[in-house]
Amino acid sequence: MNARSKKYVRRFLIALSLVFVGLFLVLPLVFVFTEAFSDGISAYLEYISDTYTQRALLLTVEATLIAVVVNTFFGLFAAWVLTRYRFPGQKLLTTMIDIPLSVSPVIAGLIYILCFGRSSPLYGFILRCGTPVVFAVPGIVLCTIFVTFPFISRELIPVLNARGTDEEQAAALLGAGGWTIFRRITLPHIKWPLLYGIILCTARAMGEFGAVSVISGRLRGLTNTLPLHIEILYNEFKYAPAFAVASVLVVMAVVLLLIRCIVEYQGRKKEQ
Amino acid sequence: MYVELRNINKRFDKVVAADQLSFGIERGKLVALLGPSGSGKTTILRMIAGLETPDSGSIIIDGQVVNDIEPSQRGIGFVFQNYALFRYMSVYDNIAFGLKVQKKSREEIRSRVRELLCLTGLEGLENRYPNQLSGGQRQRVAFARALAPRPQLLLLDEPFAAIDAKVRQELRSWLKQMIGQLGITSIFVTHDQDEAVEVADEIILTNAGRMEQKGSPLEIYKNPASSFVARFIGVSSVINDYHSLRGFEQVGNFAQAVVRPEFVEAFKADNSKFHHLLDVSEDAVIEDIAFRGSYLELKLRIGQILLTTNRSLERRPVCKGEHLRVLIYRMYLFDADQALLLENSLLKDRDIMDF
Ligand SMILES: Nc1ncnc2c1ncn2[C@@H]1O[C@H](COP(=O)(O)OP(=O)(O)OP(=O)(O)O)[C@@H](O)[C@H]1O
Ligand SMILES: [Mg+2]
Repeated sequence: MNARSKKYVRRFLIALSLVFVGLFLVLPLVFVFTEAFSDGISAYLEYISDTYTQRALLLTVEATLIAVVVNTFFGLFAAWVLTRYRFPGQKLLTTMIDIPLSVSPVIAGLIYILCFGRSSPLYGFILRCGTPVVFAVPGIVLCTIFVTFPFISRELIPVLNARGTDEEQAAALLGAGGWTIFRRITLPHIKWPLLYGIILCTARAMGEFGAVSVISGRLRGLTNTLPLHIEILYNEFKYAPAFAVASVLVVMAVVLLLIRCIVEYQGRKKEQ
Repeated sequence: MYVELRNINKRFDKVVAADQLSFGIERGKLVALLGPSGSGKTTILRMIAGLETPDSGSIIIDGQVVNDIEPSQRGIGFVFQNYALFRYMSVYDNIAFGLKVQKKSREEIRSRVRELLCLTGLEGLENRYPNQLSGGQRQRVAFARALAPRPQLLLLDEPFAAIDAKVRQELRSWLKQMIGQLGITSIFVTHDQDEAVEVADEIILTNAGRMEQKGSPLEIYKNPASSFVARFIGVSSVINDYHSLRGFEQVGNFAQAVVRPEFVEAFKADNSKFHHLLDVSEDAVIEDIAFRGSYLELKLRIGQILLTTNRSLERRPVCKGEHLRVLIYRMYLFDADQALLLENSLLKDRDIMDF
């Protein structure tokens, strides 16, 4: 192939990608916003400040925060255990952590209903504890945690494996205890991948629909998250409000995306 | 004995890394663990440090069985093969780490780090990060970091392996001098026998997880305890009046010298390749010839001195009783407690094509 035709190939491929992104990403996004603002700005503001919308937003933020905090701890521990110790069943654990990525979220929701719902032997115990799980906030939080739990450990495991244990052993031989080693030696290594994992986890948690839709019961104002709320509005033929609420979710995602870019950039700069 | 290993066994799946290993090291000695790759040297060091647990046997440091003591509580300085410097910390913070962990006062830390920077010749580099240092500098930082908390025992895993040949020579003498000055018991791993002979007071030769021999470098040259040692070290000649040979003079009190086969070049007087070196060579008689499979082993006599050299089968045949010219490139001088590599002074400015 000569240089000229190479140039055309390159241009063609770039154009193709642009058309693809435009058709499948930009165009829908533009539609979201035009539809959201179709009744005018004041109507838009009204839609998004609606009580049920606000409650749904709060619930989404609450579930996301809890899931991210829990998964950060879980992810750190899992990555640490899987890369720093050798024990029987290690391979199995590694595989199990990935299950949420390969199982449909709807199934996750159903599993929790079977585990904690009326037909479960645990049901009596749960009632005695005070709060129901299914069709309630705890169930939503559980499902969100379930679908997002591989994100952080999956970011950390390759980095921890690649770094090896030499520096940690050197620190131990100098008399440092476990916590000091983690804080002063390991954490600086994994700071950027950890942040990156947290961002991915947040994005996924915010948008979670499948598992949550099964377990939430969709009690408006009580167990309705933002994505569920959008669907309900849509099913009631309230298009403009549905898209207005959707635009809120889109803005949140875009902000996260920006943070992700900055984190990636910083991380790469620190690497050098 | 300051450090003692008793009947240590260690295996990784099928590989035996330590097999009924027992030896002791006296306080203040600088000991080399010498052996071929995979013979278990690193594993021994890591077991002493507590980074690896022996399957059976006991490790005793300063009269105390340390098997169940955490690595962080053993008070051992360890220099890793790749140095394992903390890459997100400056040179200063690397050296200060062990002291900070011990919660020493800021003043004390500062003065100790200064002292070590001075000792290792790293002044002015304290704010650099490890990736901004040369290999030799990194090695010295690793050394300073290990020494900072004043360990009683220093372990070094192939401390010179990652450094180029020229700097290595310098660092060897530097390390030997430094350790001598501090009087700290040290064990270092190497697979380079020159390094072991030059630096160590005592050599422990390992092979396939077993100890083959332990002794001073001269003892190991003089009396190889097993055929493995003889093969690994090479069949060397130990001579007394080394100063009678051309190009070598009496140095200090060194009474004996070791000449390894590869230090000796033997050629026929009409060999044009060595023509320009004829005047600095010695006359020798072949006393014995042994066929060693892929080469010949010649025993050569120069007056009272008997030397061994190997001869390639590609070269012209020789016979018993024939006279050859002999060049000696270098030799090891020994006295009671040290070794010195002595080069042939007549060859200094000569152009030697072939070694
Ligand atoms: N963590 C491990 N898992 C499995 N096998 C190991 C492990 N560490 C060492 N071995 C094996 O034990 C044997 C001894 O290894 P060791 O690292 O002690 O050798 P060495 O003498 O230091 O070699 P070298 O000079 O190449 O560094 C080798 O056969 C090695 O493959
Ligand atoms: Mg090794």
